[in-house]
Amino acid sequence: MRPDVLNRGYRPGTKVLFAVIRLFSGHPVPDAARLVFYRPDFYGSLAKEFTHEAMRGPSAWSVADRELMAAYVSQVNDSAFCIGAHSATAGQAYQDGPKVAAVLADLESAPVEDGLRATLRMLGKLTRESKLSAEDMRQVLAAGVSREQIQDALAVCAAFSTTNRLADAFGFQVVSPEGFEAGAKYLLKRGYR
Amino acid sequence: MQTEDSKRAAYRALEDRIVNGAGQSSPEQRARAFGNAGLAPPLDGLIDQVATRPTQVTDADFAAAQAAGFSEDQLFELVICAAVGQSARLYDAGLAALADAVAKEGDG
Repeated sequence: MRPDVLNRGYRPGTKVLFAVIRLFSGHPVPDAARLVFYRPDFYGSLAKEFTHEAMRGPSAWSVADRELMAAYVSQVNDSAFCIGAHSATAGQAYQDGPKVAAVLADLESAPVEDGLRATLRMLGKLTRESKLSAEDMRQVLAAGVSREQIQDALAVCAAFSTTNRLADAFGFQVVSPEGFEAGAKYLLKRGYR
Repeated sequence: MQTEDSKRAAYRALEDRIVNGAGQSSPEQRARAFGNAGLAPPLDGLIDQVATRPTQVTDADFAAAQAAGFSEDQLFELVICAAVGQSARLYDAGLAALADAVAKEGDG
């Protein structure tokens, strides 16, 4: 990662923790997980709390749907680390990797419900254009999505708008497909806290 | 005015911490990075890239900011402020469009 302090600036106890995780999982701790351990009082603690609430907190959206939103927003942002991490997590959560791949390849023809498709379309537009109209939202509501579900989807979008930017600015290392699958398993078991 | 939902409130707590809490850069610098406005070169270029074209950030952008006197920890803070600031604007744009759509539905 850059700046270099994100590679070497951790407390001794944190460095030991990273080594233990690597030993037992067989994979290095992904940069997304390392970042929140760096000066956690500044960013990591509150960022984890928000992301966990957005991704695992109460919502009419399933965990799988929210992980798919994370993968989709990451793809619109062209953020390689997060696309890999969250397409793996959504694929495991749905137990259907091809469904996730189909959404990322072509949202309009992918086999998802109309409400989820309309929501992903809206998140994509917000991410690309940084603005939305009332008409854009009316179309999502007309697809049967509730106001609370839209708020929840916007929270997922905010979490990944942030993480995508940090992944690319700080230069998160893209890991192997096996590494992403291992990370996905952890995220489904433990969440983001 | 509608009460803020709990997720938006949690994000606002993060915004408040990174801009107004303790740090190695000044709260004024962090507020400018958050708003992507009012920063001098070369930091302005790095911050604008984080906000609007993050995949184009390079090692050279960090090196230029460090050569201008910013420490690694200050850049850590300012990059986070830029990322969270842009995301907060997107979040609010989405919520405002939603509020507008719901208000219009109520009218109809």
